[in-house]
Amino acid sequence: MFRWDVVGQNLFSQLFLNAAWTTLWIAVIAQTFGVIIGLFLALMRVSRFPFLAWPVRFYVWLFRGSPVLVQILILYFGLPNVFPSLVTYITVYSATLIALSLNEGAYMSEIIRAGITSVDTGQMEAAKSLGMRYSLAMRRIILPQAARVIIPPLGNEFNNMLKTTSLASVIGLFELTYTAQVYGSQGFVIFELLIVATLYYLVLTTLWGYIQNWIERRIDPDRATKAGLREQKGWTGRVLSFGSPRSDWTLGGGPPPGK
Amino acid sequence: MSIEQSNGYGVEMVRAEQIVKRFGHLTVLNGVDLSVKRGQVVVIIGPSGSGKTTLLRCINHLEKIDSGRIYIDGQLVGYREVNGRLVEDREAAIAHMRSQVGFVFQRFNLFPHKTALENVIEAPIYVLRQPRDEVTKRAMALLTKVGLVEKAHVFPHKLSGGQQQRVAIARSLAMNPKLMLFDEVTSALDPELVGEVLKVMRQLAEEGMTMVVVTHEMGFARDVADHVIFMDKAVIVEQGTPEQIFDHAENERTRTFLGMIREE
Repeated sequence: MFRWDVVGQNLFSQLFLNAAWTTLWIAVIAQTFGVIIGLFLALMRVSRFPFLAWPVRFYVWLFRGSPVLVQILILYFGLPNVFPSLVTYITVYSATLIALSLNEGAYMSEIIRAGITSVDTGQMEAAKSLGMRYSLAMRRIILPQAARVIIPPLGNEFNNMLKTTSLASVIGLFELTYTAQVYGSQGFVIFELLIVATLYYLVLTTLWGYIQNWIERRIDPDRATKAGLREQKGWTGRVLSFGSPRSDWTLGGGPPPGK
Repeated sequence: MSIEQSNGYGVEMVRAEQIVKRFGHLTVLNGVDLSVKRGQVVVIIGPSGSGKTTLLRCINHLEKIDSGRIYIDGQLVGYREVNGRLVEDREAAIAHMRSQVGFVFQRFNLFPHKTALENVIEAPIYVLRQPRDEVTKRAMALLTKVGLVEKAHVFPHKLSGGQQQRVAIARSLAMNPKLMLFDEVTSALDPELVGEVLKVMRQLAEEGMTMVVVTHEMGFARDVADHVIFMDKAVIVEQGTPEQIFDHAENERTRTFLGMIREE
């Protein structure tokens, strides 16, 4: 018999609010580090030095080719076994954060690399012809343009991340899934509490969906053009809302020859 | 000291010696020599694939060369000599050389995430580290000069091709270059927009800017050039004054090319 009252009691309980908060901050921190790792890997990958690009290929191959669940288990159980000195550093939190960040870094590196390579090669040439060094051109000219290509898939990655945190339940991190499992089996209400956890995941992903929509609308060239670019305030407006109607938007900033 | 010597007119600004450039098995420059004196306007003409754009790109080291030497203002470009062999120069040295040489592209290559003004002030602020308000003042003067001061706060995609190209010229001029390279800068433009860009270039030439111009605009070449170079099949076929090339070409290939252009 499904007990709706248990769902009701736990929906706004301190227990689940804490668990949801844990899920959220784990996801935010892992995603943040994932983006930072991914950025560095992507920059190595697009560099003209093969000795920088090859390790990245290996890294991506390794982390995208194996389950993140196994990566969490290896970090939590495997490594301290082999290197006992790590025991003090490896907690459920650090193991989860490290595994999720490293794994996310692999995916983000491919997304960011795609963003960088989507920028017209003429942009780097123009920057160099003005005396910019590669690093300055990358920072000031290429990456801001790559950002608008990177941001939509980045939003999807974070949606995934919110749900992937549930894998930390296997090593006993009290995020939503583990909280539901532990307290559910204690009181024989596992189904009820898993439903509560599900509702929390849905709330988190739905809220994120709204935020993602808002960001994507801000970087949408059509809307940006209609709204008038100068009226866009804040960093999203300044950094991301440039461009022209999608149909003829070229990263090189000019119309195709003969137009 | 004559006036010509005192302002450096006549001193060699660009010197290229026996440039060879290959893309794989294709030789696009096969022993090209070039000399551009300060204040001179040199126009390079020739059919597509003759190597003229590649030559221009080699001058500021956007392309590496396979052999030969290029000097700008007496300085070896892109390479330095180590024990008699040429090795590619450090990035900082190449960037420093490029900061003194303006390059205008066929496809404009304005930065689409920056307004016209921001395009112009970017490099002086971040490369030359000049103060922003000073650079902005100079940039507005340059935008006035190219007739676009009212478009200062407009993003490139809202500008016509001709306007974008004039912003691109202003962007190069903001670095106070001692040499300007123009790579078919009107080829991507609607015919009615070509004039406004050529007008800016004519004005620059009159002010004494040293320019190397790759173009299909024969009227411009005839009027503005001090020296015309005809290239075909990776070599310089013929060169001389505009009159020599356009009216008294000696080489058959030059005459054929000019004949085809005139029929258009």
